[in-house]
Amino acid sequence: MNGNDTKLLIEPIVDNNPITLQILGICSALAVTTKLAPAITMSIALTVVIVGASVIISLIRHHMPSSIRIIIQMTIIASLVIVVDQVLQAFAYELSKQLSVFVGLIITNCIVLGRAEAFASKNPPWPSFLDALGHGLGYSVILITVAAIRELLGSGTLLGVQVLPLLEDGGWYEPNGLMLLAPGAFFIIGLMIWGIRTWRPQQVEKPEYRIHIVHRTEPG
Amino acid sequence: MSVAVLEPLRAVFTLPNDDPRKTVAVALALCLACSVVVSTTAVTLRPLQERNAALELKREVVRVAGLDDPGVSLSQAFERIEPALVDLDTGELIDGEAAATYSYRDAAQDPAQSTALEQDPAGIRRRPNRMPVYLVREDDALETIVLPVYGQGLWSTMHGLLALAPDGRTAKGLTFYEQRETAGLGSEVASPKWLGQWSGKTVIGPDGAPVIEVVKGSVDPSAPDAGQKVDGLSGATLTSNGVENLMSFWLGEQGYGPFLARLVESHE
Repeated sequence: MNGNDTKLLIEPIVDNNPITLQILGICSALAVTTKLAPAITMSIALTVVIVGASVIISLIRHHMPSSIRIIIQMTIIASLVIVVDQVLQAFAYELSKQLSVFVGLIITNCIVLGRAEAFASKNPPWPSFLDALGHGLGYSVILITVAAIRELLGSGTLLGVQVLPLLEDGGWYEPNGLMLLAPGAFFIIGLMIWGIRTWRPQQVEKPEYRIHIVHRTEPG
Repeated sequence: MSVAVLEPLRAVFTLPNDDPRKTVAVALALCLACSVVVSTTAVTLRPLQERNAALELKREVVRVAGLDDPGVSLSQAFERIEPALVDLDTGELIDGEAAATYSYRDAAQDPAQSTALEQDPAGIRRRPNRMPVYLVREDDALETIVLPVYGQGLWSTMHGLLALAPDGRTAKGLTFYEQRETAGLGSEVASPKWLGQWSGKTVIGPDGAPVIEVVKGSVDPSAPDAGQKVDGLSGATLTSNGVENLMSFWLGEQGYGPFLARLVESHE
């Protein structure tokens, strides 16, 4: 792998993260992160779909009529999602029940279609593979971090193993119910975006407008 | 020969991308490829998925019957459970091996094994003629009866199991193991907290008719009939109504009513 390849793979993990910089895929980042196990499953599922879709779309990019290219991309993504969903139902039944509709909703995840349209349909398979893998990993890093924080603070467990002894079982930790609700995930993602932008100030967008103080002399 | 067949295809694929013929050809080829992939996966994985569903059903039966000790494996716990088939019209138990492999979902699809409903509060259209039940005995005395129930909620058909005491009138537990109601509102129908309140409720009155009601809001515990009412799900009136309707159907004349009446008779 040369330097450019490494950049394709590494950049989406922090510097161009799909969740914290591009603010995509928030819906699933809220929904499946109350526990670590479904978040890991969801991360794997999305990474498989995004990599598969990007490579396939990149392979057929010279034969995609531009008038139906989005439909082609969606069809490929949807087929991969159905395959992943079927595999989960066969080999990880409990987890697939917990994830319920969210595996199916990978189809509408903007990260997947975004990479297909913005990158894979214009680049050869190997860079598309790396770009998709990088975005999948970037999504996974955030999802798994958020889920670890929410499960630890919300239930006192990690992957179902009790880490913080709960008050009701004679321990000292009072679980924070907010962490199990969607707003808890919003707060964590917001704090992470703040943290990343403090560490990497180049991620802070320029203000779109500025309020100027206008000095006017009122007549009369 | 094969080259000759492929020749027009190649001609189409060498057309410019914006040619309508190429657009149609690409769309067809893509649909064909995707459908082959999707259907191959679905067909090859179906046996595994069905095995998972069967295991899940066993686990739920064991749980709703209150036999799920942490130290006992699923197959051990299930040994105490006797699956049987009930002829719903006569209320008779049908002995035999058929119970182990019987699927009420398949039966409901088959006109020979099901009856179209005129009175259909549960929204199931066709009722299987026979339903599986699960009996738990302790030293030959009946301890628990587990009845599969299902019916329409707001979005989905909810499939559940109702555990009854041997009097055939008192609920010992309820579970919904398959439902796709609104996440966070109607989906609470499967939450242990809501299901927990069913235990001990009277579901069938002294005259043999279903009496259980799912009320809007919460049940006043001091009311004389509090024992036959459960709290509705807040924000999910239609799901709550669905549960009440499917209960009144399955516990009534068209459902397990005749079977339970027979059972109570033999019990007294």
